[in-house]
Amino acid sequence: MGKLRHAINLGLFLFALWLLLSGHYTPLLLLLGTVSTLLVVLLTTRADLIDREIQPVLIKPSVLLYWAWLGREIVKSNIDVSRRILNPTLPISPTIFTLRATQKTELGRVTYANSITLVPGTVTVDVEEDLFTVHALTQEIAADLKRGEMNRRVCEVEKVF
Amino acid sequence: MFIAVSSVILIAIAVGLVRAIRGPSLYDRVLAANMIGTLTVLMVAILGFMTGRPEFLDIALVYVLISFVSTLAVLRVHNPGAGTTASSVKGSGEQ
Amino acid sequence: MDMVLAVLSWSCLLGGAIFLLIGALGVLRFPDFYTRLHAVSVCDTLGAGLVLAGLMLQGGFSLVTVKLLLMFYFMMFTGPTAVHALAQAAMQGKLQAVVDEHEPE
Repeated sequence: MGKLRHAINLGLFLFALWLLLSGHYTPLLLLLGTVSTLLVVLLTTRADLIDREIQPVLIKPSVLLYWAWLGREIVKSNIDVSRRILNPTLPISPTIFTLRATQKTELGRVTYANSITLVPGTVTVDVEEDLFTVHALTQEIAADLKRGEMNRRVCEVEKVF
Repeated sequence: MFIAVSSVILIAIAVGLVRAIRGPSLYDRVLAANMIGTLTVLMVAILGFMTGRPEFLDIALVYVLISFVSTLAVLRVHNPGAGTTASSVKGSGEQ
Repeated sequence: MDMVLAVLSWSCLLGGAIFLLIGALGVLRFPDFYTRLHAVSVCDTLGAGLVLAGLMLQGGFSLVTVKLLLMFYFMMFTGPTAVHALAQAAMQGKLQAVVDEHEPE
């Protein structure tokens, strides 16, 4: 019974979150935490939202590696965009283009679209199946994204989902 | 030092407000409001450190989520179907 | 050691504040809505990230740092979602983008 296991995992995760956020470990507060955890799990079950995607435990080594790579990209393009904001002589050349994502799962495509938006200089404007409409601040940033390194990396990290 | 950082954040909020007032379209105003939300979260967190009251962090944590939901809510009111994919909005007259 | 930590934390905070200001200036200066989205991204990612990192260094190993990490985590997920929803709503609302037609090379 997969659903029960997912529900129990969700409950454990929520209770751990309560413990981390409260910081007071008196019996009354622990009881309140248990009650609210059970209430949330009950509501989630009644709303029929319990499935695989509810698993909060997606922190695996390859995901962390991808985040580190994404962080480096974010810092690089932040500096680029900041220079263009501060220095009016540096040109901007806004462009809109479509991009094909090759991820197999929906979660993989969401990760890709969110990563594109997270990196300054590119924003996913629209998602239609595997076709993304992307707005980029300059032609160079757009060309960089079209080279598809991020697409490849998301495809790799998608395998553990 | 905390005072220096929080004054910079206040200046940034003021600049954002100028865009929110001037912004030609509604979307510019919502964008400015969204940015001011982010800045407010950081301001509240710094205020917690400045006054030595870590409870402020809980408020900041909740404010992250509220400002996200409020952005989506404004878009929903103005433009039913925002936040869903374009195909499902075009395809059917749900809503 | 404490000295190094303090210097690191203050440079993170000041750097973050500078990026926040740059993002706000970009929102004011850029010519149209879609380019302003990129300026907000600067604010949301590196500006907020550096300020939170600076506060984490001040907090040390405690529940305070856990809360700041959680805030950072939520921001990294909600920020792009909100920006994407705005961009999509603007596109559906037929807001025209200023596009540079000139192709490089």
